[in-house]
Order: sequence, then C-alpha cells, then structure tokens
Amino acid sequence: MGSEDAELEQLIDTVDRFVEQKLKPREEEVERTDRVPDDVVADMKALGLFGLTIPPEYGGLGLGCYEEARIGMVLGHTSPAFRSVFGTNVGIGAQGLVIDGTEEQKQKYLPGMASGEIVGSFCLTEPETGSDAGSLRTAAVRDGNGYRLNGTKRFITNAPRANVLTVMARTDPNEPGARGISAFIVDADTPGIRLGKPEKKMGQRGAHVCDVVFEDAFVPADAIIGGVEGQGFKTAMKVLDRGRIHISAVCIGVAERIIADAVGYAKERRQFGKAIAEFQLIQAMLADSDTECAAARALVLDAARRRDAGERITKLAAMCKYYASEMVGRVADRAVQIHGGSGYIADYAIERQYRDVRLFRLYEGTSQIQQLIIARELLKEHD
Amino acid sequence: MKVLVAVKRVIDAYVKVRVKSDGSGVETQNVKMSMNPFCEIAVEEAVRLKEAGVATEIVAVSCGPQQSQETIRTALAMGADRGILVQSDEALEPLAIAKILKAVVDKEQPELVLLGKQAVDNDFGQTGQMLSALLGWSQATYASKIQKADGELTVTREIDGGLETIKVKLPAIVTADLRLNEPRYASLPNIMKAKKKPIDTMSPADLGVDAAPRLSVVKVTEPPARQAGVKVGSVAELVDKLKNEAKVI
Ligand SMILES: Cc1cc2nc3c(=O)[nH]c(=O)nc-3n(C[C@H](O)[C@H](O)[C@H](O)COP(=O)(O)OP(=O)(O)OC[C@H]3O[C@@H](n4cnc5c(N)ncnc54)[C@H](O)[C@@H]3O)c2cc1C
Ligand SMILES: Cc1cc2nc3c(=O)[nH]c(=O)nc-3n(C[C@H](O)[C@H](O)[C@H](O)COP(=O)(O)OP(=O)(O)OC[C@H]3O[C@@H](n4cnc5c(N)ncnc54)[C@H](O)[C@@H]3O)c2cc1C
Repeated sequence: MGSEDAELEQLIDTVDRFVEQKLKPREEEVERTDRVPDDVVADMKALGLFGLTIPPEYGGLGLGCYEEARIGMVLGHTSPAFRSVFGTNVGIGAQGLVIDGTEEQKQKYLPGMASGEIVGSFCLTEPETGSDAGSLRTAAVRDGNGYRLNGTKRFITNAPRANVLTVMARTDPNEPGARGISAFIVDADTPGIRLGKPEKKMGQRGAHVCDVVFEDAFVPADAIIGGVEGQGFKTAMKVLDRGRIHISAVCIGVAERIIADAVGYAKERRQFGKAIAEFQLIQAMLADSDTECAAARALVLDAARRRDAGERITKLAAMCKYYASEMVGRVADRAVQIHGGSGYIADYAIERQYRDVRLFRLYEGTSQIQQLIIARELLKEHD
Repeated sequence: MKVLVAVKRVIDAYVKVRVKSDGSGVETQNVKMSMNPFCEIAVEEAVRLKEAGVATEIVAVSCGPQQSQETIRTALAMGADRGILVQSDEALEPLAIAKILKAVVDKEQPELVLLGKQAVDNDFGQTGQMLSALLGWSQATYASKIQKADGELTVTREIDGGLETIKVKLPAIVTADLRLNEPRYASLPNIMKAKKKPIDTMSPADLGVDAAPRLSVVKVTEPPARQAGVKVGSVAELVDKLKNEAKVI
C-alpha cells in the first residue's frame, strides 16, 4: 500500500468510526425531531467534513473525485439527512466557486465554507422550471454598479441555514436559453431575499428545503461567479457533473447498509422452522441487490478515477447517477419485502430508508434527464 | 517536558478474532488493524498535556512491522509531533519491546513515557512495568488522572475496589487506564497534515537490542462455547439451583 492509499484508508477509517459511533445511534432522534442536533453539527465541523472538496489553499482537504466517492460511500451507511448538513458545502453550494470563481470570491467564501462557519446553498430550480433549468426565469437586471434580482427558487436544500447562495439568474432577457444565464454568489442576508416555509418532505427528515424569494435584491457586479456574464448555466452543469458522482457514491453506501440490515434480519427471522435467509426466494432478492450494488460501485469508482485523470465524464456521470439511484430504490424495495410486515413499520430502519432513497432519483437531475444526457452523448459519439 | 508515547498496532477492537485452524495463533490476514485503544488514551493524554502547556514535544514510538507506520500516523494526526518506527517482522514480546523502548528513551531523553496499560491483542500488561525496571524510573500504572507539579506527577490509579492517588518523581513511566480520558477523533485536515510530520525508521539491531523471543506459544484455542441455559419454573427453584447446583450462593 502506497502512502497515499494509506492516508485515504485513514480518512475513510475515521469517517467510518464517526458514522458508526456518533451518527448511527442518533438516526431515530433525527427522524423523530426532524433536526440534526447541534452537537452533531459541531462534531462534523471539528472533523472537517464541510471542507472535503474545498482546496487546501482555502482550508479544505481538496479531495479528488475518487477519494470523495470513497468517503461518500461511508457517509451513506447512515441516514442521508446527516450528509445533507454539509453536503451542499461539499457539492453544489461550493463547487461553483471552486470551479469557476475568481480569486477574490474564493478568498472571501471558501475558508468559511471549509470550516462550516458558512453554509452554502445552490439555487437553480424554480416553480416553473425544474428539469428544463435552461429556461429559468429569475431575472438579474443591471442597476448601477450591480444587479437587481427578482424571482423564486424552489426546493433549495439547506436554504433555511444558508449564509451564502449560488443563484442562477437570467442576465440577458433577449436570450431565453442557457446562454442568457449567469451565476451569482449572494449573501443570504441581502435585503430583498425572503425564505419560504420549510417543505414537508416524504423522507430525509432533518434535511430542509424551502423557497428562496428574490424581491429587488441588489447584488454588486463582482458577485457574478468568474466575473463574466452568460457563463452561469455552464458553471451549474460542471457543478452537477461532479455532484452526480458524489450522490451516486452515497446511493451505494445506503444500499450497502440496507443490504447488511436485510441480511441480518433474514438470518434472525424464522418461518416454517428455518431462518428465512435459507429460502432461495429470499436469497435471490439478496443476490440481486448485492450484485447490482457491486456493479454500481465499480461504475462509480471507474468514473471517479477517469474524472481525476482529466477525462470528460458527462456521460459516465449521468450513467452513475441513473444506475446508482435506481439501484438503491430497488434494493430498498426488496429489503422492505424481506422484512415482511415489519418493513412497513417505523420500528425498523428500512421503513425510513425506503422513503429516504426515493429522493435520489429526483434531484440533481431526474432519472429521465440522466437518460436524455446519456443518449445525447451516445448519439454524438456516433456522429 | 518531552513526552514519549508508545503505540501498538493490533487487530481492531471491533473485529471478531478467529483462531487459526492449526492453533498456532489468530488470523491476521485481511483483518482490520488499528491502534491499541489504551495506546490511543495514552496519546490523547500526551496531546492534552501539550495543549495545557505542560508537554513541549510528543514523540510517538511503535515497535512492529512496516505497517505500524500507519499507527504512528494516527498518533501524529491526533497531535504527536514526530514518530519513531522500530521495525521488526518478528513477533515482539513485552521484554523485547521494553528493551527497545529503553534504547529509544536513552536516545531521546524524555521526562515522561506514556503507554497503554495493556494491548488488547495479547493482554500481557507488562511492558510499562518492565521498562520502568530497566530504566530504574518511577512508575504509575493504571492511571485514571495525571497532574504535574514541579518535578513530580500526581497520579490517580484504578485499583481493585477503588482509587489510589500516588506521587511519583520525574522522569517516570505512566500506563493509561480506560477512564483517563476519551480520545479524540483525529480531524480529517490533521490526518492530511500528519503525512508531513517526520517518522524515523530503525531496527532493534540499530539500537543494539536483541529482540529474539524468549517465549514459545504452545497452543491457541477458541474460548469454550457457551452452554445452553435452563428455564426455571419459580423463584424458589432458581434459589435452590443457585445454592445446590451452581453453589454460588
Ligand atoms: C428534497 C429536494 C431537494 C432539492 N434540492 C435542490 C437544491 O438544493 N437546489 C436546486 O436548485 N434544486 C433542488 N431540488 C430540485 C430538484 O433538482 C428538482 O425537483 C428536479 O430537478 C426535478 O425538477 P421538477 O421537480 O421541476 O420536476 P419536472 O422537471 O417538472 O419533472 C416532472 C417529471 O417529468 C420528467 N421530465 C421532465 N422533462 C422531461 C423530458 N424532456 N423528457 C422526459 N421526461 C421529462 C421528469 O423526469 C419527471 O419525471 C431539490 C428537490 C428536492 C425534492
Ligand atoms: C399494516 C399491516 C396490517 C396488517 N393487518 C393484519 C391483520 O389485520 N390481521 C392479521 O392477521 N395480520 C395482519 N398483518 C400481518 C401481515 O399479514 C403479515 O405481516 C404478512 O403475512 C407477512 O408476515 P410477516 O410480517 O411475519 O413476514 P414473514 O412471514 O416473516 O416474511 C418475511 C419474508 O420472508 C418471506 N418468506 C416467508 N416464508 C417464506 C418461504 N417459505 N419461502 C420464501 N420466502 C418466504 C416473505 O415473503 C417475506 O418476504 C398486517 C401487517 C401490516 C404491516
């Protein structure tokens, strides 16, 4: 084992211990109270989880995509709501700056984001535009030495706690497509920004989303990420490319956890005088789940390595997100089945996990959108 | 005050250990290894002494195979300043380790050596005491509290049925018990920074130590399987059985 590998194993080990000893015992509390306790958030900050992907120059760990994926898998071993606490700082809420920000913007925000003092959110989706993000309507109109923002952003993860927002808004009203969009880095306490009520969600209790409403909110011109108008949609897509690998890794971690729990249950539960794990119909469900999970893992680690090596991975990233999120959905469904009636009862983690994993197929691009990306790239390859 | 902390690489405390089929030892292939939990407590105490301004430098020492470097890295990530690996692929017995540590102490001249009270692999619980004898230093074993006041340590020890508080002169050997502290998680940034801290590697021979084994393991066996229990019909029957069959009351 090289020293780099040894170091990654040590990081993974540390996160694994944190997940097993500090997070798993609090899962039910988070589900019941719909809140990740403050002491857990403080521990996450102390451990350095907010800074996983922020470059070391700005106080983060600067993990590569492969390392991030390996850690994401471990984080998946507990409720995804925990990951959500720092997930936007690792992913969509910070990567816009990391990838395309100016030096001043990075200096201003990234150190605070790496320590967890600043929480970032990513504002792309709107009431009228979700999958079709390129036609978003939030307007940024030039006003003196800045812009006035007007519009509503919907389902924004961590917005209730956010200090800084990456906001995609239309700076060119004459360009209705993606090229008219710019990305802004905006302080959340800017006058003219109002939050909606946190939504009541199906799962992942403890993680919160709400509307972010802009009413004549003034932002200075230097708040445009990278300083150039019209690049915002490209920035958003680059952010999502890497984010898809991260989400996929989390899906694999959750699947591993669910499979382990299901195996444990099947070995203990006895019917017809035997452990149900001895029935081949149960074994088939376990075998399918484990095989699909291993396939997803191989796909994601391959994509992550390729991205680290500098390859363009748009298609692979979409494949990862598509396959891993659908996979964990199937795995969770089978695990409910293996639990029998108990799988439908909240005393068992699988009842919660089944609802938690449903989100993975929806956000950061629905499965259908991933299919469109994969097909578009595939057709292009054969031009 | 310079502090030397001894750290041992052992099978992770959460792993279910399996005895090799030939009875020569336990399976260590593909088994997760970690720092001995009592050594972690010793490292934590050293780091706390440094944070309190009492310790000035912490040197983590491990005796064992090349991979013991990882154990040293963990100590460095927790806050030790540098490491020493005394590399040996032979199994090292407590006396050999104590001799090696003595040689390292002679070189490094620390004022305090912290060790775990025992390692969870062989449960010998001898190394600290042997080191103290070889050096002729005071020792305070099974420590649950350590305080320094000029030239002396006040150490609370966990003993059968209670606590004992003793004073020892420095330099001294202290072995850590479970309740001394709760070790921190090395933060992820500190794990990354630890790779820049130096680790010196040497062999027992470099230190002039003969580490050849004096003990030979005759046989290792699984603990006996638990016997099935019995159901009793009443409290009276239970009391009767405890008295007359188990003879425990
Ligand atoms: C809990 C949660 C957290 C979220 N966090 C964030 C966040 O932090 N930031 C953010 O910006 N957004 C966030 N979102 C929004 C999320 O990304 C969108 O919900 C998602 O992109 C889908 O958009 P939509 O809900 O408008 O669905 P729609 O786009 O209306 O899709 C409805 C259905 O139509 C399908 N569909 C749409 N277009 C096509 C097509 N061309 N071909 C075939 N099928 C199509 C979709 O696949 C889907 O099945 C979050 C959502 C949730 C639920
Ligand atoms: C909301 C709810 C309402 C209910 N209402 C009622 C009610 O009103 N009255 C009532 O009597 N019961 C009721 N039930 C109980 C329900 O009928 C049982 O949960 C169901 O029959 C499954 O039994 P089980 O939960 O013990 O699962 P188990 O029998 O333990 O099954 C666990 C898993 O093993 C599989 N399995 C079992 N045996 C075999 C085998 N030989 N080969 C292959 N696979 C096998 C099962 O298909 C399942 O996947 C209710 C359950 C729920 C959740």
